[in-house]
Amino acid sequence: MNGLRNLTALQLGAAIRRGEVSIPEAVETALEAAGEAGCNAFITFTAEQARKRAEELQKGLKDAAGPLYGVPMAIKDNICTKDVKTSCASKILGDFAPPYDATAALRLEEAGVVSIGKTNMDEFAMGSTTETSFYGPTLNPWNRGHVPGGSSGGSAAAVAGRSCWFAVGSDTGGSIRQPASYCGITGMKPTYGTVSRYGLIAYASSLDQIGPLARDAADCAAVLDAIQGQDPRDGTSLSFEAGGLLASLDGDIRGMKIGIPADCFGDGLNAEVRSAVLGVADVLRARGAEVVNLSLPVMEYVVPTYYIIAAAEASSNLSRFDGVKYGWRAEGYEDLVDLYCKTRTEGFGAEVKRRILLGTFVLSSGYYDAYYRKALQVKGLIKEAFDAACAKCDLLLTPVAPTTAPKLGESLSDPLQMYLSDIYTVSVNLAGLPGLSMPCGFDAAGMPIGAQLIGPALGDRNVLRAAYAFQQDTTWHTAAPAMAGKGGSEL
Amino acid sequence: MKITTEMVDYISVLSRLKLPEEEKERMTGELENILAYMDVLNTLDTSQVEPMSHVFPIRNVVREDEVAPSFDREQLLKNAPQRDQEAFLVPKAVE
Repeated sequence: MNGLRNLTALQLGAAIRRGEVSIPEAVETALEAAGEAGCNAFITFTAEQARKRAEELQKGLKDAAGPLYGVPMAIKDNICTKDVKTSCASKILGDFAPPYDATAALRLEEAGVVSIGKTNMDEFAMGSTTETSFYGPTLNPWNRGHVPGGSSGGSAAAVAGRSCWFAVGSDTGGSIRQPASYCGITGMKPTYGTVSRYGLIAYASSLDQIGPLARDAADCAAVLDAIQGQDPRDGTSLSFEAGGLLASLDGDIRGMKIGIPADCFGDGLNAEVRSAVLGVADVLRARGAEVVNLSLPVMEYVVPTYYIIAAAEASSNLSRFDGVKYGWRAEGYEDLVDLYCKTRTEGFGAEVKRRILLGTFVLSSGYYDAYYRKALQVKGLIKEAFDAACAKCDLLLTPVAPTTAPKLGESLSDPLQMYLSDIYTVSVNLAGLPGLSMPCGFDAAGMPIGAQLIGPALGDRNVLRAAYAFQQDTTWHTAAPAMAGKGGSEL
Repeated sequence: MKITTEMVDYISVLSRLKLPEEEKERMTGELENILAYMDVLNTLDTSQVEPMSHVFPIRNVVREDEVAPSFDREQLLKNAPQRDQEAFLVPKAVE
């Protein structure tokens, strides 16, 4: 099997069903590649469980197996996996091994995938570079001197580096889409409420959503078909008709209206990124889509609104980490309150503490109205603006990030500057919309550029159909970093 | 808005954090920068806008009150930093 690693998840699934590749062979390939990658994409490998499961799945292989049956993948380390360490890349969770599986993890297991491990991330998903991990930064497989993006940087690097065929991550303000963009892969945050958050360790509950990071749009559709659907264990999960995304991909986007918001292509956007993203419109137009210009006059408000709301929810959600029920506990405390304070002060990293303090501040009496309540009002305006834009077109086309992946160490020195780079992704979470990031070019230094497609609420299908159509006529998504090709060619 | 170290002390108490002096200094400056940037929201008139906490109109999600097994106690205790046979252990909190 020459180039086994370069197959998509769906191609590998098909090869497994045809008997051309065995599941244990696929798992060994993934484990070997992941072990050699040297990008620090994983926090925990589950090699033994994966090998055992591969044998069992191979024995149970039937002609009617699902599209992802037997495919090795990875899970972000903030998604609970029963009896497997789930750390959120934080010291404070220690070797926490959850007593239950997240619904998304369980559904993937039912679909027959094989997890090879848990991927690195920014601590508690707070960060845009995967540098705030207690377990050290993940490196970008395209150039190890650059960050992979974040917070799902380990998931993105593992998929881009061909260490596994897809991964699941979480996206609160861009944490799937931005690392997908920086690593040259396809990633999607589905409509809020379509994937259960049960077992996803909460950062900002009203914004968090689980989604796929994969080689292309079809793989993303297959993963979403497996994990979407209402869950009685998540009160915010929506009642809707799930499934059928993969089957809907026909490449036909004739008459689809693609809106280009001028406000997303203004100052601060790198020229190479701008030109690559606008190039997507040309490809879609050539396939019969109609491209319209429109305005989205809320862009300057989205980052402050997002950081107020996300920090407020984080300060509340993270109060459960106190060194009592699970995880790590500091030593040398004097009393119960001192135990809490020492554990939290020593157990959380700087970025997490910054957001807890910011969130506590905006919720504190005297400042609540001026910051938190104000942000909730502006959130209403942002949703209105997106609803208005979505009424004029079927999808929006925007950049994912203002630049390609920055160099390691460039971002953390100025937190505000790092927050500002989230401008194109956070609004999608605030409005609850589906957003997809797909590769659309490279900059002069050879780093991948991503484009974002945004749909109306529950418009996940059209987002995927447009991305699929784009990928029929382009090859950006098939490009692999040089280091990933090496191990693959030996197969 | 000016953020003082006293304010950072106060929100630290609320957050159950005890920052070392150096970290506190740095955090004070950073919070001031971040909050100054957030003031851009005050240029928007939102007097007629309802605060939106949830993007979709979901209310009162209820389920049937059915008896189902809960987690095994041992399973839930196994991650505790300090425990005995049946409980999490913490320093004495009530005199």
